[in-house]
Amino acid sequence: MTTAPALELRTLTVRYGARLATWEVDLALDPGEVLGLVGESGAGKSTVGRAVVRLLPEPGRIEAGAIRLHGRDLLGLSETEMRRLRGADLALIPQDPLSALNPAFRIGFQATDALRIHRGLTRDAAVAEMVRLLGDLGVPEAADVLQRYPHELSGGMRQRVLIAMAFSCDPTLVIADEPTTALDVTTQAQILRLLEELQAERRVATLFVTHDLGVVAHLAHRVAVMYAGCLVESAPTGELFRAAAHPYTQGLLAQVLRADVRAAASAGIEGVMPQLAAAPTACPFRGGCSRRMAICDETMPALREVAPGHAVACHLHQGT
Amino acid sequence: MGRTPAAPLLETRDLRTYFRRGGWLRPTRWLRAVDGVSLSLGRQETLGLVGESGSGKTTLGRTILRLVDPTGGQIHLGGQEITDLSQAALRPLRRRMQIVFQNPYSSLNPRRRVGAIVGQPLVVHRVPGDHARMVGDLLERVGLPPDAARRYPHEFSGGQRQRIAIARALALRPDLVVADEITSGLDVTVKLRVLALLRELQAEFRVAYLFISHDLAVVRQVADRVAVMYLGQIVEEAPTDTLFERPLHPYTRVLQASVPPPDPTASWRPPVLSGDPPSPLSIPPGCRFHPRCPIAEARCRAEVPALRALGPGHRVACHLAS
Amino acid sequence: MNGKLWAGSAIALLLLLVALAGPRLAPHDPNRQDLASVRQPPVWAGGAWRHPLGTDSLGRDILSRLLWGARVAVVVAVASAAISALVGVPVALVAGYARGRVDTVLMRVVDVWMSIPAVLLAIVLMAVLGLGLWKVVLAIVIVDWTRFARVIRGEVLALREKEFVEAARAIGLHPLRVMVEELLPNLVPLIIVLVSLEMAIAVGVEALLSFVGLGVQAATPSWGAMIAEGRGYLMVSWWGMGVPMLALIVAVVGFNLLGEGLRERFDPRLRMAA
Repeated sequence: MTTAPALELRTLTVRYGARLATWEVDLALDPGEVLGLVGESGAGKSTVGRAVVRLLPEPGRIEAGAIRLHGRDLLGLSETEMRRLRGADLALIPQDPLSALNPAFRIGFQATDALRIHRGLTRDAAVAEMVRLLGDLGVPEAADVLQRYPHELSGGMRQRVLIAMAFSCDPTLVIADEPTTALDVTTQAQILRLLEELQAERRVATLFVTHDLGVVAHLAHRVAVMYAGCLVESAPTGELFRAAAHPYTQGLLAQVLRADVRAAASAGIEGVMPQLAAAPTACPFRGGCSRRMAICDETMPALREVAPGHAVACHLHQGT
Repeated sequence: MGRTPAAPLLETRDLRTYFRRGGWLRPTRWLRAVDGVSLSLGRQETLGLVGESGSGKTTLGRTILRLVDPTGGQIHLGGQEITDLSQAALRPLRRRMQIVFQNPYSSLNPRRRVGAIVGQPLVVHRVPGDHARMVGDLLERVGLPPDAARRYPHEFSGGQRQRIAIARALALRPDLVVADEITSGLDVTVKLRVLALLRELQAEFRVAYLFISHDLAVVRQVADRVAVMYLGQIVEEAPTDTLFERPLHPYTRVLQASVPPPDPTASWRPPVLSGDPPSPLSIPPGCRFHPRCPIAEARCRAEVPALRALGPGHRVACHLAS
Repeated sequence: MNGKLWAGSAIALLLLLVALAGPRLAPHDPNRQDLASVRQPPVWAGGAWRHPLGTDSLGRDILSRLLWGARVAVVVAVASAAISALVGVPVALVAGYARGRVDTVLMRVVDVWMSIPAVLLAIVLMAVLGLGLWKVVLAIVIVDWTRFARVIRGEVLALREKEFVEAARAIGLHPLRVMVEELLPNLVPLIIVLVSLEMAIAVGVEALLSFVGLGVQAATPSWGAMIAEGRGYLMVSWWGMGVPMLALIVAVVGFNLLGEGLRERFDPRLRMAA
């Protein structure tokens, strides 16, 4: 190993009061890699993203684990040092572009904050830079956009502004938290295309949090699947879609609705996702699993590698 | 899901709903949310209404139920014209048409018990019989625990709340239910269960759905026919399989091609649509889609295309479709 | 439970108890004059236990007058706040639910009403109505019902857009029942907060009216009247004015704390309903 991973999570455990939002999540992103983090709502995928930028909503606390950015321990950093990283090395593309922008200020004023703070540009230089960035993102009248207030822009345009903001200081890691979920399909397609092009050009490591397997299939190099706060499977995208090993991932893939096929009525995954309060003592998916065994009720399966780069936390795959 | 009998349950003719914008200081402008929609829906049929935000699909649903007043055109329910009926005259007709909303968190009154919410239609319409038992049966039918009636909405998950809303909508055994984006806030697993429930209830309650959604994959699963809306008008309408397998309108094609297939081996080239969706406050002349259309010609900028039949049950509003 | 709510409830409860039990607790007839012992100081300032808070310039027992005055203050506070709510809430419901022209007309009336200086209006009203406890209540209601109408109408406008209201309309619920069955229960927390805050205002206004001699009749002991009477002897016997003033401040601050505390407690729930 010569280069440290862009992002490395070790046994990340986040607690919200009595509830464990994530339990011992291990993840690593290589520089330039796009990792799709998928799961249902409440699975803990957004929590992972928020923990990395250390913007957990109250009463969220990182209870255990380590977060390393290019080998540098983030949890040891002070709030001031974190602030210096956020928006510079570490950028966030949020889900709801409207609430992420302050309605009282013009776009130009807030979109250039990062450039002025982290790169020390003057106001005029920052505006010129932002116009150039937006131009690259296919916004023809960028100077005009910067003169407007957030509510005067369409959802797609706001998301472009936020993407430009995220990339404005050449980050080495981008956390994208469901960046297209609030958008219409045609706008989503445009934004996804934009992200794809940016990625091809800049090769920035990206943690892409989403519930949409279609988006993941085309954007991510690797996919990690979460269930009830636990990482249950991670694999290269092609392999995950072709040979998912965890029964939950298999269920997730089987129940995807497609517009191009009228599927026979799929029953969908059984059971209700449990909420962890303490360290799991059994497989969290046992309630919904069709291949439940005695051991599933007794111990939590560890994450094991079943093929190069393909890890599964399931008792069906614990043998060597 | 059902057959289309001769006399439609619901029919709209050239239905229009405009909203006034502006006021004392700014010139009055009209937001043409629904702008000349003619559609029909048979008994026990499901019509999927697809479109992006701003297409007017939600306003259309509200107008059909007369929750919003139409500006022009006609609405017929079971052969009776209801376009100009007063709210008082409409009240008895409300037994026949109900609605389920998108957001199950705001569509249930947080300060009333579930039993009171589901039973309210029975009380309002003075349905004879044991309401408590009827409510209990309904709640059980939509798959809620027996003690649900005594609890408050906040004690339930999003999917369960949507079931409560469905129970309320079906309490009066209506002929028509407008389902407005009812699965869009739900996880796939929950979404599938709600869709399965809707399907079962359709046969059991002999109800027709106007199923409004932006999600093509969901519409594909539930609708018998699909109508695609763009800027207040229907641009294409066809039986579901026809619409998805042989779409004729360029907008329908763009919509379909915009959804990334959940398969990394399939090539996906999202189509380029120039610009953002135009606003219903300033509707372009000619074909409404021409400024964004990949194949627009000169005549598309000037002439409004009519909705023409191009196959059994297949209508398209495009000069270039054939 | 927050500190404000605790303190506010404690003061409000204390006032209520005093108002109910006042006459029993009072050691003397509040109006009995004793010219032999005028301007006796309170016990801690060298007075006798016979008059724990001292006596006023006519030799009346200040503690007894204070206890009776609490009854006036509480009756005025509760009655005028409750009646203001009873007038303001229906106006707010109708305006906010009907919107359009009805709303415009009602709210213009409220605007004009609120543009008249409140104190001036109250004084003019009392001059016209004459003295008396219930007339004080009436004057306060006439001045302050607009506060309820204005604030609650805003909330109704927001609630009206909720889909559960539309669902009720889709069922065919009569507009009046929509207001009473669907909207009103959701307004209760806000109404309670406004009533608490209004009680603080009412206590102050009653004192003010009595102070300028346009409040309750002279025979009824009122804190405002006590302050007015004590004012002339401030230099020789500060307690004549100071003690009722302190009681007034405690009551106003108490009701305000109660309102603020309730607001903080209810707000998350209001947001949850949103």
